[in-house]
Amino acid sequence: MADYTTYTTGEPVTDTKAPSGPVAERWNTRRFEAKLVNPANRRKHTVIVVGTGLAGGSAGATLAEQGYHVVQFCFQDSPRRAHSVAAQGGINAAKNYRNDGDSVHRLFYDTVKGGDFRARESNVHRLAEISVEIIDQCVAQGVPFAREYGGLLDNRSFGGVQVSRTFYARGQTGQQLLLGAYQALSRQIAAGNVEMHARTEMLDLIVVDGKARGIVARDLITGRIDTYFADAVVLASGGYGNVFYLSTNAMNSNATAIWRAHRRGAWFANPCFTQIHPTCIPRTGDHQSKLTLMSESLRNDGRIWVPKAKGDDRPAGEIPEDERDYYLERIYPAFGNLVPRDIASRAAKNVCDEGRGVGPGGQGVYLDFAEAIERMGRAEVEEKYGNLFDMYARITAEDPYETPMRIYPAVHYTMGGLWVDYDLQTTIPGLFAIGEANFSDHGANRLGASALMQGLADGYFVLPSTINDYLARNPHTDDLDADHPAVAEALAETEDRLSLLLAVDGDRTPDSFHRELGELMWEYCGMARTEQGLRKALERIPVIREEFWRRIKVPGTGEQLNQSLEKANRIVDYLELAELMCLDALHRAESCGGHFREESQTPEGEAARRDEEFSYAATWEFSATGEAPVLHKEDLVFEYVHPTQRSYA
Amino acid sequence: MKLTLRVWRQQNAETPGAMATYEVDRISQDMSFLEMLDTLNEELILAGDEPVAFDHDCREGICGACSLVINGDAHGPERTTTCQLHMRSFQDGDTIDIEPWRASAFPVVKDLVVDRSAFDRIIQAGGYVSAPTGTAPDAHATPVPKPDADFAFEHAECIGCGACVAACPNGSAMLFTSAKVNHLNVLPQGAPERETRVLDMVATMDDEGFGGCTLTGECATACPKGIPLPSIAAMNKEWLRATRKVRR
Repeated sequence: MADYTTYTTGEPVTDTKAPSGPVAERWNTRRFEAKLVNPANRRKHTVIVVGTGLAGGSAGATLAEQGYHVVQFCFQDSPRRAHSVAAQGGINAAKNYRNDGDSVHRLFYDTVKGGDFRARESNVHRLAEISVEIIDQCVAQGVPFAREYGGLLDNRSFGGVQVSRTFYARGQTGQQLLLGAYQALSRQIAAGNVEMHARTEMLDLIVVDGKARGIVARDLITGRIDTYFADAVVLASGGYGNVFYLSTNAMNSNATAIWRAHRRGAWFANPCFTQIHPTCIPRTGDHQSKLTLMSESLRNDGRIWVPKAKGDDRPAGEIPEDERDYYLERIYPAFGNLVPRDIASRAAKNVCDEGRGVGPGGQGVYLDFAEAIERMGRAEVEEKYGNLFDMYARITAEDPYETPMRIYPAVHYTMGGLWVDYDLQTTIPGLFAIGEANFSDHGANRLGASALMQGLADGYFVLPSTINDYLARNPHTDDLDADHPAVAEALAETEDRLSLLLAVDGDRTPDSFHRELGELMWEYCGMARTEQGLRKALERIPVIREEFWRRIKVPGTGEQLNQSLEKANRIVDYLELAELMCLDALHRAESCGGHFREESQTPEGEAARRDEEFSYAATWEFSATGEAPVLHKEDLVFEYVHPTQRSYA
Repeated sequence: MKLTLRVWRQQNAETPGAMATYEVDRISQDMSFLEMLDTLNEELILAGDEPVAFDHDCREGICGACSLVINGDAHGPERTTTCQLHMRSFQDGDTIDIEPWRASAFPVVKDLVVDRSAFDRIIQAGGYVSAPTGTAPDAHATPVPKPDADFAFEHAECIGCGACVAACPNGSAMLFTSAKVNHLNVLPQGAPERETRVLDMVATMDDEGFGGCTLTGECATACPKGIPLPSIAAMNKEWLRATRKVRR
């Protein structure tokens, strides 16, 4: 077997399509320079959108409003269930409604800095500009954001920033924004502008003459595998955190759409950039199927602490104040409990590694609201966080109003994803990636309340402008022939893969492999990574993959609803993607944001970037399963926010 | 814990189903109900049987996918979603009946999975504000009184799981429909389409085969998000108002 780690370095990425000129003018320039499609011609164009989360739902609705014929897919039984629905805390926007010094430039600055200088300035500035319009759009749709008694919108502050720019709808902001997009999409479905395929999962991309022209998808009820053709394909299929088995992602969130696109030629950028969220409910045992996040907004009023002494197993209430270590407030006095997620997560890991963790197995820290309840009163705490407290109580059978919550970090979001240019187009012409599926805006660490902002920015505003340019330059040709060799090949490959999964008839369940892979990834490619550990993982993954194809057991047939087959097929892709994540983590011998290499830290134990060597987006080109990919570097240029050692002290 | 499960098994929409009995052992109190079913399914797969199909996704109580009738109650004995129900709500040795949502407007797809697309069609009939992207005025242009915003939010919390329909002896979707009507109709942004929204959504609800409402209140008791029963009265008022206004 050729060594997967002996990758070669190919041509650098140079053209990202971002216009030059002052950063604040670039988006305007690009919008003006983009070609337009005559309204009368739009209906002749079909655009496939995969996914109905914030990015996909808003893109499908907006493209349909513009007059395109949209064919949209989701594997859930309804577009309203995409996992954006679970986002709790809020959405950022540089409205400066609080008059607290916020501005587009400050949001831009915070996001570049929060991403530890591994994102593109042009993209981030555009995101900050659009953030303002998103709130207007959502309010117009009837999204019930929290309001003050004067009838105006309320804001709160969120991890990693010092202004109040986060708009929210109690702890269900994602749900409310998603329902807004879903309702806009529903309106277009009713109008006949969107052809919606629910319970239908994309299993491959169809590339004809170098352009994305359609997808292969399986009807999850009948098992029928079909091809769908279009003039452009938009992937809004979310992130790949479920590689880790345990994450805060929904059970069925998966990487198949982006991974299959990667195999067909779309480059994959920064796969090792994963976000470990600091405030999740700790696991209770081996039966754990997923982890539940508690909104980071809790850190606004909750105080995080562990006992000062190792192995102090007294109940929280019996530990006196002077024997508690409010370690975030101690180490980072300026930001305190509001430091960015990567820093808060690592600090929790450190105190637990020191033996000061609380709860079963010492894998937890306290998030204490006693002081907040005293200061604000229980009623106000309930008003702000009631549903989160209820959720915590439901899962743990503990009352967080009485005893402090226990939290521990968990995989939550993936900053990496398909490489896209400024137009959100991948390296396959006609294939676009939006939302968490792409890599573009968050660098090495995403700030809280920025995922919703990016998903909606991409879907409502960016893609609907930039896709015009592609469609105008690639006018609608004849419909694709179903007998075209590229179509037949993609269809046959998919059918063969599923048949093979059903035929192995081994002795291990899909979940057992997924769990094994996840534990390996958490151990070696999780919160802290080392060269030695990553090499171990890279040795182990091909072994698991080989065993998978020998021992997997999938009961039933392919011509029916078969949830085991769906799972197994997703694991096939995780087993390849995991390898790329480890390789990327191995090659990036610096620490930055969510990627912490133990070999690269400051004397204080903070992530030490190595800008002179690694100030680039690592973009990988697929070769073959288990064979070394090709690395293409996109150098990052910082003209406005000058890279400094991130400091939150 | 050791439990006896009696589970509805049905190969597909066309084939009649039946209850099947399984024993599960070593169930922890900390497991969620769905993790308990995962345990059963792992055993079924290894035995070469087909696992029990059930809808689930976020397992955080917000996506609305999970949908089980447990011992006759939609989402089981606690007021929550099935995914947030934990095994500590049961006793060692219990026998638990697990069935799909029961309503003619929600046909069974397989085992415990049902087709709830009728809900999507109700929303498509008017459960939106016609605000195309890019047309919005500044978010602060129209203040919304806090009580109205809170009322809207309280109804917007609906997750579309369908427990209200499953719990209703008539299989009525009044609580689901009223939740969306009330969310949008109270807001100034929803006002221009206030009448057509309620009329079209109610008409679609009827066309989809949901039963009539006799105010038994089972829906609001089963609702994991606490959509209140007066929501239905509020929608009836909206509907009456709309019929009179439109007639004029």
